[in-house]
Amino acid sequence: MTVFLLRRLLQAAGVVLVMSLLVFLGVYAIGDPIEILISPEADQIERERAIKALGLDLPLWQQYLVFLGNALRGDLGRSFVFNEPALRLILDRMPATLELAIGATLAALIIGLPLGLYAGLRPSSPVSKGILAGSILGFSLPTFWVGLMLIMVFAVQLGWLPSTGRGETVTILGMRWSFLTRDGLAHMLMPALNLSLFKISLVIRLTRAGVRETMLMDYVKFARAKGLSPARITFIHVFKNILIPVVTVVGLEFGGTIAFSVVTESVFAWPGMGKLIIDSINVLDRPVMVAYLMIIVLMFITINLLVDITYSLLDPRVRLEGKS
Amino acid sequence: MSTTTAGAPPAAVPPAARVETPFRRFVSEFAASRLALFGLVLFCIIVLVAVLAPWIAPQNPYDLAQLDIMDGRLEPGSVGGSGITYWLGTDDQGRDMLSGIMYGLRISLTVGAGSAILACLVGASLGMLAAYAGGRTDSLIMRLVDLQLSFPAILAALMILAFLGKGILNVVIALVVVEWAYYARTVRGSALVERRREYIEAAQCLALPTHRIIFRHLLPNCLPPLIVVGTMQVARAIALEATLSFLGLGVPITEPSLGLLIANGYEYMLSGKYWISFYPGIALLVTIVSINLVGDQLRDVLNPRLKK
Repeated sequence: MTVFLLRRLLQAAGVVLVMSLLVFLGVYAIGDPIEILISPEADQIERERAIKALGLDLPLWQQYLVFLGNALRGDLGRSFVFNEPALRLILDRMPATLELAIGATLAALIIGLPLGLYAGLRPSSPVSKGILAGSILGFSLPTFWVGLMLIMVFAVQLGWLPSTGRGETVTILGMRWSFLTRDGLAHMLMPALNLSLFKISLVIRLTRAGVRETMLMDYVKFARAKGLSPARITFIHVFKNILIPVVTVVGLEFGGTIAFSVVTESVFAWPGMGKLIIDSINVLDRPVMVAYLMIIVLMFITINLLVDITYSLLDPRVRLEGKS
Repeated sequence: MSTTTAGAPPAAVPPAARVETPFRRFVSEFAASRLALFGLVLFCIIVLVAVLAPWIAPQNPYDLAQLDIMDGRLEPGSVGGSGITYWLGTDDQGRDMLSGIMYGLRISLTVGAGSAILACLVGASLGMLAAYAGGRTDSLIMRLVDLQLSFPAILAALMILAFLGKGILNVVIALVVVEWAYYARTVRGSALVERRREYIEAAQCLALPTHRIIFRHLLPNCLPPLIVVGTMQVARAIALEATLSFLGLGVPITEPSLGLLIANGYEYMLSGKYWISFYPGIALLVTIVSINLVGDQLRDVLNPRLKK
């Protein structure tokens, strides 16, 4: 296990390094770094000074090392627009995105698992066909459009829920959270549901496909021949086995959810990281873009690592394969 | 669903795919689902509407001479100053939404299909190379695939477009970059299985040139999963393009796709003028659903694991 962990950690560090190089090249080689990093309002003398200060007169590989060193110390540049460190700007908005993503993930599991299990156990019942058709719809519905329609129906026409923003927040551990107030929850309901739409369908289909394939396996037949109760077969023999892909995907999807929240946050004007990055792209606030990208990369690699470890705990074959 | 073909061989498709029977069996199995057939018909109609848009649309929405600003934001079904009926209403410029959607479909479908084909070419070649070359080439390509797949498509596309700027070509590039990995992984997976089969061994014993083995023997047998992935990816590409355009990073305003039409109606929606966003969204939805219905059935028909 320790060897496996070390190997995976090393791999993760490698990926971080590669991604930092890609981001670095994306910003420094594709675009003009001077234009990117120095505010366009700067005059000639300021430019010269900034070029010196930022080390843009150094060779590229040296610049990369400087960039890497700064990044390691948590310095990812200052936002042009807010004139604040880009990293802090993003971290300030992270709780909003996190609570939205967690809400969406919970909704997906609570709604998706039972429906998928039912559809897999009774593939020919009309209810299952309905569930499946619903999941196809959930996959096909363009999220941002559903968000617009939710706003139209529940905010504009019915007036039940607030259309945009985060509502009242409570400060805990120096971070502001919406889910602890009634008003905040009301604001969160539509965006979270909107964000989870795709995941609900995903969980349904994964669970259904898993159940259908597992039910054909010999060990299930054997369990049945042994006279085990259907409930035991379903929840111990089948459910446990299909949980592996579901855990993996939901885990991996958590990163995807955070990424996809750029869309939901834009629709509902939810003040999270996603909204910040879209606004930053629109005004070309590149330090914020770089910082966001690096944070997301780090987050993804951490998530992948955690999923891999969970995976190896659930399925010993993964661990053993790593050893050989 | 495979009860009708009780006598059929269980899993493997016979290598000589030219014979009529496997294809006929495929067609009849596909047609077993009415929903999938419905999806196929729907998709054909959508493609036809998009192709024929210049001839059947009531108005050319980008010919400014035909637009009347006085007709702006009319409700669906109202009659404009020049006498045409706007069945789906008009946008803020007085553009007929129905015509706008027909033209928007052209852009959405072109971007979706174009990027899928390009990504398929790139991905399938790399996947085939990985499977056939093996060793270091294989692990390098697969590492790249893992890296690409662990990063969400929407973000990667967003970043690429942030650096490249708007434009149809840039959107296609971004979509190809985020989608090639799916094809590569699929092709590699099936090619690894197929290349151990006897017919490949036989072809190698006949000393056929490598490219002939790959393109005439290996590739056709890797096609079924590739077709499934390809179908799904077209739908995904269309949805992704719409999302990017909605965020204002996709196609330029002069060539609005369905996503941009929806974005255009966002600000008017809060004042109750729903149709500017609503109908393009329906068109987008129907397109994606029809492709997914077809893809879903294809996967069930072409997946040997479900045939028992």
